[in-house]
Amino acid sequence: MNILDIITDPNTRWILLGTMFLGLSSGVIGSFAYLRKQSLLGDTLAHAALPGICVAFMLTGVKSTSYFLIGAALAGLVAVFLISVLTRYSKIKQDAALGIVLSSFFGFGIVMLTQIQQSEYGNQSGLDTFLFGQTASMVMSDVYMMMTVSFILIFTCTVFFKEFKLLSFDPGFAKGLGLPVVFLDYFIMMLIVAAVVIGIQAVGVVLMASLLITPAVSARYWTERLHIMVILSGIFGMLSGVSGTLISTSVNDLPTGPLIVLSATAWFFFSMLFAPKRGVLSSIWRRVSAKKKYSLEQDRRKGSHSS
Amino acid sequence: MNLTALKVENLTIAYHKKPVVEDVSFEVPEGNLIGIIGPNGAGKSTLIKGILELIPKISGQITIKGSTYKSMRKSIGYVPQRESVDWDFPTNALDVVMMGRYGHLGWLKRPGKSERQMGMECLEKVGMAEYANRQISQLSGGQQQRIFLARALAQEADIYFMDEPFVGVDAATEKAIIQLLMELKEKGKTVLVVHHDLSTVKEYFDWTMLLNKKVMKIGPTEEVFIPEYLQATYGGRLAILSDTKSGLLLK
Repeated sequence: MNILDIITDPNTRWILLGTMFLGLSSGVIGSFAYLRKQSLLGDTLAHAALPGICVAFMLTGVKSTSYFLIGAALAGLVAVFLISVLTRYSKIKQDAALGIVLSSFFGFGIVMLTQIQQSEYGNQSGLDTFLFGQTASMVMSDVYMMMTVSFILIFTCTVFFKEFKLLSFDPGFAKGLGLPVVFLDYFIMMLIVAAVVIGIQAVGVVLMASLLITPAVSARYWTERLHIMVILSGIFGMLSGVSGTLISTSVNDLPTGPLIVLSATAWFFFSMLFAPKRGVLSSIWRRVSAKKKYSLEQDRRKGSHSS
Repeated sequence: MNLTALKVENLTIAYHKKPVVEDVSFEVPEGNLIGIIGPNGAGKSTLIKGILELIPKISGQITIKGSTYKSMRKSIGYVPQRESVDWDFPTNALDVVMMGRYGHLGWLKRPGKSERQMGMECLEKVGMAEYANRQISQLSGGQQQRIFLARALAQEADIYFMDEPFVGVDAATEKAIIQLLMELKEKGKTVLVVHHDLSTVKEYFDWTMLLNKKVMKIGPTEEVFIPEYLQATYGGRLAILSDTKSGLLLK
């Protein structure tokens, strides 16, 4: 298929729209997660969504994105609660607590998933597509869901931009000003869960974290202003969604989710190399030119001495 | 002048069972520059954080100008330790200073022209106006400290709490900061400063608090800052050199 065919195909257009909004919203909320040094938390919440989805399916018996959203959100809440209990009442540090919760929730999810596959629900449920995502399974209502969650996410990040910024930079000062820091903490986590839930259908729980982290890290290379970083991160996420979907549609049998993630990684490498100021090439260039300038000056000094 | 700016009653704070600050009670009159002195681990920073409710307390009552801490929040300014934040955050100096206005702005409202103007004025006061648009990681330690100070000034508070504002700054910056604190005091503000350098206590502070888990002594510096009380606070680990001008040095 060439590009024109892809864009005129109504089914692909819906999927494109969905992955676009997914990239946009996870890029935006991912910026805050990254700056708050909670990248691993995104990964944990994504993996923790799996048992939540399985339980939601077992209870309702229907494959509905909104039920899954509720299930994943509740599982996310439980995960967050466990992490805070582990770090508060034991000597376990946060990174270890995240690791424990991530793997145990995911293990639990896989067990339930297998159970569902072998039970009377049968393979019809197709829940295993949530592991690595499958855009082909997306229907119009899923895309509407993605758009709605996306709008809510972006709207919230715009309205509370000032608070999120202060919370990310200096939570102690934020608390001193009287901001409800604990509540906002949970609030941001819930927004991450929302981004995860709309993403797992397309990208899957295993790879979802990269859509939260990679665009944000890429965006950080290009700017020193937070609002520009958040916007850029959204754009990088969106571009990754679009290019991943287009590549997978034009090359047969390549999975969309992993391709979206790889697109995000490509943007990351591009940013790391070519970004002005913070990029690798720019800092090598600066070092070389400083060296050259210094040695030139030395030569000149020597020249003036000998004459 | 003799109004009580801050009253702390029976404040106890503990991390993991062991109290770090134990049953602390004291009063601070308005319009003073107060140095909080004590050995490492004496709970100086913990005391400040406890008063500001940044960490949970086990017991205690905080009264600011006769009202509860919560109702007086807007009249309190805070300068945290410089290392408490990641300075490689995508923002510039002016932006950080404007954060001091967030409490007054409240929810939903964005910082606008008047906040920018005020932020610039505060930067001016700390001598950092020309760095307004500089990314904060490109500032020196002393400059970062000044930015934090400017942010506290933007809070337009009556009582300021400063957690080791002189750590890692050069002599010139230290003099500039203390100059500013003295100006605040002249305007009737109360400033509490966690301080380490015993040799400058007499020069800087008109009141001194000696702290080691408990308040050992608090009062005018000339009454409190004497060898006897200091030895008690530092547990006799202090060598007093009477021949130096400052009179005191840490062993």
